[in-house]
This record gives sequence, structure tokens and C-alpha cells, in this order.
Amino acid sequence: MANIKTLARREEKQLRFGWGHALCAGCGIPIVVRTVLNSIEGPVVVANATGCLEVATTLFPYTAWNVPWVHTAFENAAATISGVETAYRVLKKRGKIAKEIRFVAFGGDGGTYDIGLQALSGALERGHRFLYVCYDNEAYMNTGIQRSSATPLGAFATTEPPGKTSFGKHRHRKDLTQIVIGHHIPYVAQASISHWQDLSRKVERAIAKDGPSFINVMSTCFRGWRFEAKLTTEIARLAVESRFWPLYEVDEGEWRLNYLPEEPLDVRDWLKLQGRFAHLFRPEEKKEVIAQIQAEVDRQWEELLARCKVVPTV
Amino acid sequence: MAARVSERLQVLTGHQAVAEAMRQIEPDVVAAYPITPQSEIMHYFAEFVANGKVRTELITVESEHSAMSACIGAAVAGARTMTATASQGLALMIEMVYIASAMRCPIVMAIANRALSGPINIHCDHSDAMLGRDAGVAQLFAEDAQEAYDFMVMAPRIAEHEDVLLPVWVNLDGFTLTHTADVVELLEDELVREFVGEYRPKYPLLDVDHPTTQGPFALPEYYFELKRQQVDAINSVPRVLQEVQAEFARLSGREYQGFFEPYYLDDAEYAMVVMGSTAGTAKEAVDRLRERGERVGLLKLWLFRPFPREEVATALEGKEAVAVLDRAFSLGSYGPLFLEVSSALYESERRPRLYNYTYGLGGRDTTASQLEAVFRQIRDEHLSKEMHYINLRE
Amino acid sequence: MFKSYRALPLGGVIQATPDRAKKKTGDWREEKPVWDEGKCVNCLLCWVRCPEAAILTEEEEMAGFDYDYCKGCGICAHTCPTEAIEMVPEEEEVPKPEPERERAGAAQGRGAGRGRRDGSKSE
Repeated sequence: MANIKTLARREEKQLRFGWGHALCAGCGIPIVVRTVLNSIEGPVVVANATGCLEVATTLFPYTAWNVPWVHTAFENAAATISGVETAYRVLKKRGKIAKEIRFVAFGGDGGTYDIGLQALSGALERGHRFLYVCYDNEAYMNTGIQRSSATPLGAFATTEPPGKTSFGKHRHRKDLTQIVIGHHIPYVAQASISHWQDLSRKVERAIAKDGPSFINVMSTCFRGWRFEAKLTTEIARLAVESRFWPLYEVDEGEWRLNYLPEEPLDVRDWLKLQGRFAHLFRPEEKKEVIAQIQAEVDRQWEELLARCKVVPTV
Repeated sequence: MAARVSERLQVLTGHQAVAEAMRQIEPDVVAAYPITPQSEIMHYFAEFVANGKVRTELITVESEHSAMSACIGAAVAGARTMTATASQGLALMIEMVYIASAMRCPIVMAIANRALSGPINIHCDHSDAMLGRDAGVAQLFAEDAQEAYDFMVMAPRIAEHEDVLLPVWVNLDGFTLTHTADVVELLEDELVREFVGEYRPKYPLLDVDHPTTQGPFALPEYYFELKRQQVDAINSVPRVLQEVQAEFARLSGREYQGFFEPYYLDDAEYAMVVMGSTAGTAKEAVDRLRERGERVGLLKLWLFRPFPREEVATALEGKEAVAVLDRAFSLGSYGPLFLEVSSALYESERRPRLYNYTYGLGGRDTTASQLEAVFRQIRDEHLSKEMHYINLRE
Repeated sequence: MFKSYRALPLGGVIQATPDRAKKKTGDWREEKPVWDEGKCVNCLLCWVRCPEAAILTEEEEMAGFDYDYCKGCGICAHTCPTEAIEMVPEEEEVPKPEPERERAGAAQGRGAGRGRRDGSKSE
């Protein structure tokens, strides 16, 4: 497993991403991208769904990418990379390409949970060798904080705002990681920008698989979630500590919990740090909604623990 | 040079003719999704793949949107890429067709023309093809399976020409051509392979030593100019098509000269403009009327996009009257083909009276007698400028 | 500025030459990170969490900030376990200015593309 120095050495040798992009100061997405790309040795080709990452890193004639990168549309990063990967296999067979190349697709939660789910599912089922990384910031941030199926219950979204008759989003988030697990691909994991080493190790495992792999990365958005930018990785860490976002993997069918919070944080303590949940606390606390969120977190956690063969000790 | 045609005169359906061309071209990647009346093209091609007759990778995607997305991915990667679809499949693809054109992907696409829903209908008209009218794709229309085969063989040469680099659609009428058998003369495999040659992509994404960013975000200060490039690209098609046709004629002995086939057109007083298999019916009508001494003729258009404005105008000016037959609506206006023809003739001082007929929507039959009646109508009557309909219960 | 659409690359393809990253984002900053080398233990947590790749390393050790690109988000200062990074208002005098050195021998790496850290034009 690469340590932080190895990753730094790789970036010294070749900065793969990060020249003058226009993502917000303190955005979580580029942290995902750098860790993913630095964790892959050798040539890599990237496909990107439409979204913050794509628009802010390729403002023609500038690009923040120093690896081959392609974007075609919003709902089809997985389909696009499946074409690239297939071309690679054919051209390699025909002796036109000699190098070993790895393939990564990036999409946000909108481009992955929602509009891109069909293309993702198809590409996973077909068995292309690629890693799909979802940077999940729990709403359509690029278009203005509209609710997605990754938006948690009770959160503010511009299309489901709290009001006199509403407490924000009325439905729990979709569990995309579990949907992907249902495809029985070689490797599926959940990770967070707060736990770089865990993410880096997962990328290494995923990329080594001779088939599709998927990593769902919690990538906070200070603008949409309403907290100070410097807390970007900290809020992500607390999502893990509160068990809202468990770090786990399903490797060749074996479920493993990767991190067991020593003293799990009450989800309330995580919610109250974020402006998107402020209406659950003011003017008076909406105890039932918060209890509903906590109950769902607990239920999913128990379900996950029951499935995990490997659980770390505290 | 004598025509080097094989002795393989075969009885093939349109599906088979297209699939045979694909086999001979042996693209690197094909991505496709089933839809009537296209599906059999892929059945035949999948058999070629399964039996090792081609080394093509067939991506059996979960939708046409993904078919086109995968084709773009493969094309930018540096692979020769093809697909086939129809109707709703093309409608689902169309977002990506615009993008394929803008990203300058020379993807060859066979379109088994079928009506668009709704109501849902599986039979032929050209409403699906008209989805591509403004998308930046070159569009050829075949009259029969032989033309469909020939156009498929020519298509990669047009699409991949460095001045073009755009998708090319080969349109063939669903069922009428796809499902009926006809005598088709195939070229020898080797000849086709030589003719299409190697695909040499300009900026292959897989060139990891020279990384490229493909499909970036263009703001107002660049978008317009990037779109303007596509104008030059599509306007290069007529010249490239003629070069390819000339070379193809040497290879096959089959002469395709220009952008349409004139049939008794030169001395005709009354003419008809039509695309696709109905040209065969129209020829029958012309033959019957010519037998009776009527000076009627036909302009069978092969190239719809880019529209060969000047050539069509030159061919039609001086006629008494022309009926333009559309097999698609552009609801709220005249038919798409009529709009092109009338616009082409606007500058002409000898422009004929022009009438727009819509025919054959959703697979409605059109007979030679009905087309004879159209000729008589434009000859004898002073028709209104409204849309006229063939074989419709008014 | 280009004079004709013909001067633009085919289909808007951007080649990853050093010129591609001339879009500097250092002027977004309101606060600027300042590094106290003495307190730094080279854990590189700031480096791994920087959204801009604006924490520079040399031989796997912290080597300061790339102010051409640093947007001043403050994640590095917040993340630093030894408080070796401090955010100061942009207009304030920087206590210990970064040495204006170029990254060594990075023909393939960031140095080649970024030009000098002092913001002068790259060659």
C-alpha cells in the first residue's frame, strides 16, 4: 500500500490534476481526484460526467488535466468510458497499443445516483475493466443545490426547501453503494475525503481488479452544506464518526467494515454543524425528524454489521 | 480499369447487405441496442463476431443513448466505430449525435428508417432521419439494398476524411429495404479493406504520452467559433463524396455521380423529388407516363445533408412544376425536403411551381398509380400552396 | 487572442501542453497560508488535502505553497496537526516569505507547466 510519501513522489514526478481549475476554494472534489489519480501507478485515462468537476476543470482553452480526459455528457460517463476501454482492448489486440492503461470515470451524485444510473448499471454488467468514482456531495451543486436521490432526509435543497409545511427533503437518501453491490462486480467500496489512506488503498484494490469496480466517496460541499470551507474534510470525517457514512468494502463478495468509530457521534452533532440542517434546530428543534434520521442511520449500520465478515476492533 | 467485381451476386435483405459491408470493413468497435427494424443488422453482425469472421468488439449496451456514448468513447480513443439504429432509438441517441459531430467523431451509422412515436409504429417513414437534420451529420439515402451496401462501404472514407471527421448516416427504409430480399453485388472482402484503409485518428485519447482534454467546456468567447468549424466540415462532404464515388466506380463499376440520380429529368417538364425506396415506385410512374409521351422525370436525392443546393436548383429550374415528396412532417411548416428545395430555387429566375406532398407516414403504402396522379395533378391543376397528402383519408 | 475559428484546435481538443494551465487562481485569495518550517513534521496531511495541488513538495517533503494557484481555503491550516500553517490576511506582510526557487528537474512534472512560483511567465 502506498504511503503518503509515495503519493507525493508520484505527484512530484507527474502532476496529473490540479493546474488552475475553477472549483470553489475548499472544494472536496479535487481532493478525491488527486488521491485517486496519485494512487494509480502507470498510465490512466479519465472520463468525466457533466458537473462541477467537468465544467470547472476544462474551461476551454485551459485544462487542469495532465492525463487523457474525455467528457461527452451528463448521464453517460460509464457508457463513454466503456467505449474507450473497449477501443483499448481491440487496439491492444491488434498491436496498435503496447502500454498497460487503466480507466477511471468520475461523476457526481446527480450524474451517478440519478441520471447516470442506467449507463453505470449497464457498464458494470458488461464487465468493462474500469473504476467508477462517485464524488457524492449529496445534491446537484453545479446547477444550484437541487435535491438529488443522494440528498439526506431533512436537508435543505433549492427544489425541496424547508417552509411552513416542509422540513426540507422528505425522503431518505438512496443507497447507491448497495445497488452497485447487487451487480456482483469484483470490488465496491465506500470511502471519504477525510480518510485519504483508506481511499488510496481502495483505489489500489479496485484498479487491480480485472473487471469493473466502484468507489462511492463522501465529498462534502461547503457551499451547498453551508459550513466554513476550511472544514471540508472535517465535516466528512464526522459523517464517518456518526456512522452516517460507513467506510466499508465488498471485495470479491466479501464484506468488510474498514473503520469502526470508537465512540460513535450522535447524528445530531453532525447535522448541527451544517447550515443545510439549520431549520431542524431553529426556531425550535424538530426532534422527530432528527430521530428519524438517527433511526435510519442505526438501522443501516446494523444491517451493514450483520453483513460484514470482517470488522475491525476498536 | 476493368471493374473488379466478385462473382458474388447474392440475394440479400437490406439487413444482410449492411451487415456484409460492416463485416468487410471490420470496424474496431460496434456498439448497438436492439430496435425494430434495425435489429437484424446486429444479429447478422453478432454472428460474424461469434464465428471469428471479424475481430470487432461488439458492445451490447443497455440503451441507444449508451450506444452512441460508447461509440464516441471508442472513436475519440482512436478506434474505427459503427452503430445502427432506428426511430425511438435514434431519438434517444440524438443528444449524443450532436456531441459526436462536435467532437468530430467519424462514426458510421446505418439508420433503418422508421416512424417516430406517437402513436408508436414500427414501419417506415423518414421522421427519425429528420432528427439529424441540424445535428452536423452527413446523410445518405438508399433506394435499394445495393445502394445501402455501396454507401456503407463509402461511408468510412467520407466520415474519416481529414476535412470532414463527422458521423455519416446511411438511411435505408425500414422493412421496405431492411426486410425484403434483393439481388446485391458484393465486392471482394480484400478490395473493401483496401478501399477503406487504416483509420488514423488525429488526437487519439489513448495516446497517453500526449494527453488531450476532449469535450471541454466552452464559454461564449469560444463556443461560436468551435461550432463554426463544423460548418466547414460538413461543407467539405460534397467534394469528398465525389472523390470517393469516383474511386468506388473504378473499384466496383457502379457509377454514383454526384448527389442525386436524375431519372428522365433533363427534358422533363414536370418533376418529382423523392428520397429512399419510394424512388423505385416513382420510376415506375415515370415509365408509365413516358410511355404515353408525358415529359415527366424524377430527382432521386442521395445526399440530404449537406443539402446540395446549387446542383438541385440547376437540375430543377426551368421545369413547369415540381412535386417535392416528404416522408416526414415538420409540424407547423412545410416538409423538411420541400423547405430545402424551395430555398434552393429561391434565387432562380426560372423557378418552377413547387408543391409539397407528404406520403407514407408510419408505413402507409404509396403506389405508382398514386404517384402518376401526383404528376397529373401538378400538370393540370392550379394547386394551393397548402400541404398535399398522398393516400390519406381526408 | 485568436483571429479566426480556423486557429482553434479541431473539435476543441485541448492538448496538455504547459500553456494549458495559464489560468492562475492565486488572486481568488483573501487569506494566505504561511508556513512555519520549524513546526512542520512533514506529515504531508496538508498536501493530501489541498484541493489545488498548491502545496509543493520536494523529495517527499513539504516545500511551501504555490501562490499562483492557492485559493486560500484554509484546509491546510485547519488540518495541520502541529499548527505549522497559519492563515493571514492577503494584504499583510508575510512573516517568512517563500524562497523564490523553481522546482528542480521537473521536466515532466508540475515545474515544467507552472512556470515560476513568483508568478512570472513560464518559458
